[in-house]
Amino acid sequence: MPDSEALHASHRLEYPYSRSVGPVIGAFLTGLRDGRLLGVKGSNGSVIVPPTEYDPTTGDDTGDMVDVGPGGVVESWAWVSHPLPKHPLTTPFAWALVRLDGADTALLHAVDSGGPDELATGDRVTVRFRPAAERIGAMADIEAFVPEGGAA
Amino acid sequence: MADPTTTEDLGPVTTLATPIRLDFEFTPGVAQSRFLRGLEQGKFMGQRCPTCGKVYVPSRGSCPTDGVPTTEDVALANVGTVTTYCVVNVPFAGQSIEIPYICAQVLLDGANISFMGLIQEIPADQIRMGMRVEAVWVEPDQLTPSLESVRYFRPNGEPDADYETYKEYL
Repeated sequence: MPDSEALHASHRLEYPYSRSVGPVIGAFLTGLRDGRLLGVKGSNGSVIVPPTEYDPTTGDDTGDMVDVGPGGVVESWAWVSHPLPKHPLTTPFAWALVRLDGADTALLHAVDSGGPDELATGDRVTVRFRPAAERIGAMADIEAFVPEGGAA
Repeated sequence: MADPTTTEDLGPVTTLATPIRLDFEFTPGVAQSRFLRGLEQGKFMGQRCPTCGKVYVPSRGSCPTDGVPTTEDVALANVGTVTTYCVVNVPFAGQSIEIPYICAQVLLDGANISFMGLIQEIPADQIRMGMRVEAVWVEPDQLTPSLESVRYFRPNGEPDADYETYKEYL
């Protein structure tokens, strides 16, 4: 039998982990499912997004949840010309740090601007959620951010 | 823009699915491909070592003792002898067989190495070393180059094998 007659097959090895998210990230994810963006007040009054249980500068407990966005500013970005299967979009997009209105920290997510020439640091973007029926309480409930004004 | 529809009736999000996944292409190689193609035809195919004469099933393509390629294909019998076994009483995630069930090493007639198989059609407390069993295959149109083609082994009614015939294979 020639080598070419050797069989081959596609296999998937998968561990279906789930993790508990805790009260703060849980509230953030619940907000995403409801189509809201939430941050948390740090001990010096700054707003942290995505929220943390502890203030990263002081170690103190964080405070109340506050609504942020839905718009924000692109602080930094990198263009992805060839999206991979696990990426949030199937068409070329940017990974970007977006500082949402009302927040003092930036959130990493995809920006669907259409092309790298359509995006610049400092640009205003706004959130595009998945339809409510598809949202499950996960980062992917945000489909992407898009240029404010709907350029994409 | 935020969708005004809320899902508050679902309660707060408390867990997040974080599967770890590896997709890969598997090739069993030429020797095991012959074994798997044999399963697709409803038979067990092994290979004989030209030096020691032992028959391996499934063959890895070489003799682990002599280090030479195993080139002679050998069709094995559909019947064999239970050499050792384990009765599974413990449930576990993803279990598809009703407990208790028997997992046995079966020495197919004509082979020199035993082969792991599920034993059915017998109460778990009646399994014994030396029991003669036969393979039960899926329907002919369901055969694939996979061990899923073998549904299980079951007692075939022959008298138990003499211990001397399988003591080498324990």
